[in-house]
Amino acid sequence: MFMELQEKLLSSFIAFENQYSTDNSYVNELRNKAIKSFEKNGFPSRKNEDWKYTSLKKVLDHDFSLFPKIEPTIEYCDVQPFFIHDIDSFKIVFIDGKYASHLSQTTHDGIDVCLMSAALSQSKYQPVIENYFNKISSKNGLNALNTAFFTEGAFIHIKKNKVSERPIQIIHLSTGKEPALLLQPRNLIIVDENSHVQIMERHQSLTNNPTLTNSVTEIFAAKRAIIDFYKLQNDKCEASLIDNTFIDQQRDSNVSVHTFSFGGKLTRNNLNFYQNGQYIESTLKGVTIVGQKQHVDHNTLVHHIEPNCESHQDYKGIFGDNSVGVFNGKVIVEKEAQKTNAFQSNNNLLVDDKATINTKPQLEIFADDVKCSHGCTIGQLDENALFYLKTRGIPTKEAKALLMYAFANNVLESVKIPQLKKRINKLIANKLGVNIGFDL
Amino acid sequence: MLNISNLHARIEKKSILKGINLEIKPGEVHAIMGPNGSGKSTLASIIAGKEDYEVRQGKIMFDGEDVSELSPDERAHKGIFLSFQYPVEIPGVTVTNFIKTALNETRKAQGLEDMPANKMLKLIREKSEMLDIDRKFLSRSLNEGFSGGEKKRNEIFQMAILEPKLAILDETDSGLDIDALRIVANGVNKLKNNENATLVITHYQRLLDYIVPDFVHVLYDGKIVKSGGKELAFELENKGYDWIKKEASQNV
Repeated sequence: MFMELQEKLLSSFIAFENQYSTDNSYVNELRNKAIKSFEKNGFPSRKNEDWKYTSLKKVLDHDFSLFPKIEPTIEYCDVQPFFIHDIDSFKIVFIDGKYASHLSQTTHDGIDVCLMSAALSQSKYQPVIENYFNKISSKNGLNALNTAFFTEGAFIHIKKNKVSERPIQIIHLSTGKEPALLLQPRNLIIVDENSHVQIMERHQSLTNNPTLTNSVTEIFAAKRAIIDFYKLQNDKCEASLIDNTFIDQQRDSNVSVHTFSFGGKLTRNNLNFYQNGQYIESTLKGVTIVGQKQHVDHNTLVHHIEPNCESHQDYKGIFGDNSVGVFNGKVIVEKEAQKTNAFQSNNNLLVDDKATINTKPQLEIFADDVKCSHGCTIGQLDENALFYLKTRGIPTKEAKALLMYAFANNVLESVKIPQLKKRINKLIANKLGVNIGFDL
Repeated sequence: MLNISNLHARIEKKSILKGINLEIKPGEVHAIMGPNGSGKSTLASIIAGKEDYEVRQGKIMFDGEDVSELSPDERAHKGIFLSFQYPVEIPGVTVTNFIKTALNETRKAQGLEDMPANKMLKLIREKSEMLDIDRKFLSRSLNEGFSGGEKKRNEIFQMAILEPKLAILDETDSGLDIDALRIVANGVNKLKNNENATLVITHYQRLLDYIVPDFVHVLYDGKIVKSGGKELAFELENKGYDWIKKEASQNV
């Protein structure tokens, strides 16, 4: 099936090109290069060191629709739970990969919050596209596949000295009208000097028909820019996500990415930070809570290129049933990157005997005056703490949930949007099957 | 209220309790004293339902019902409370959130609705003032970085909120200076009434100056070897435990 899907994709490229080719010759040229790259590299297999613990075999094993023909209809009331609705925000919403204007709220007032297709087809955006598009995404098979076939995504440009007062929600919904659907959204986010933006992203299937999303997001943070990015992954049991996010940071910028993985069949987060300047701060945090046969893989890279920068990584995982977790965190500190502070920690709770976690820190340090640390733990819930909670009248299930929440808490504490934090607390309570409020 | 008869218990094949008999009636304060390693804390944990111990023989009756098979939370719902000698630190759970969850889960078990938020806050404020607890303390993580005195005060604070029928205070005086001891003891005394009972477990007589017992029992080698009034505590304070050990070995 690996090969079958690959063949199908390759053979449909010409038809795709004719149907979707924009007027953007710059991007078309990139697509042509990319399809060749995909032909050469294909999908990653477990022979690839970065994919040692995650096999795509099962998620590729479907006869995916590449270009859905059915026009989906969805009303806001049907999907409202997937929005953070109690907050004033901009929204870019896609249904089965197509833009849903009736669910969205975009803007060009001082900031651009709009569609990738719009940015590609209008000449005024051309310089920006040529400057940024496909500059930092890696050229491996999955990214090349996305470059070759993407049709839509979010285009966000926060211009100099702007603070976006309203956070931006990027929401991908899939209706399940196709028996199996392959989605390849492509996002480009540019935050100019002294600007600040908060972004939330979610992928959500509405039925149990299989969906595979191969998403690529490129983010550019200019001097002193601040970006807070939140990824909420709580999808249905037949939905899989490969998220490829690349972040370029210039001096004095501060970027944080929080990833909350509570669902989906297979979730792979490739998160890459490149620090191209001094005094940069990068934060990578995540909470994973899964059960059944779910599989969540965090593959992170922080590349310290210049001196006096910091990176903080903190990933917490709670694995039940037969679930599998992978954490592969790579930190590279170049010879020039003196006075780097790089911290990484990955803590895991295995709550069932059959759950598995593979954790692998990789530090490559070429500078000599740095502070770098990493630590990973794998453990179980503390029996004494459980007994203590139970003697106060808290039943076993609730006591366990409280301890698990406490375990993940220092990641949740740094979520800066209160409404989002509240939502995540609720999702965690649901996930753990309890009806207790985690915050007061 | 509490009626323990011929209780034998062991852990990892080591016998710890070897036939305990104890009856506590509403309104009474009992103290269990004894040298280190005599089984005092084990008895407290077993009454609260700790599952590490294997109960080999005997019964624990509470309000006429055998509770030996019940889980710790079920016993808590019936009104048994254990103040820990070493309260567990739980980073990430605030004192307030913990109290709120404990109280509402207990209410749920008793068929009551969740306590409304404003009522809850009022209750928490009242009880924290009674125990001279700083407001800031309530938003800190449970027991994390608390001093010995703060931990014990926090235990009694939980007891004040949950209003148990039977409060077991396991070495509540350990780690307390005299001021903290007074605050904690005052708290316990204020909560006392004719309907509830207190079981104080202590190595020293000091605490019993503040929480005055009606009965004092001496536990030695897994058995209650002597019972008496509060004067027994003074005798132990003056003479130590050696004469008890001697008496006990002569009886064998």
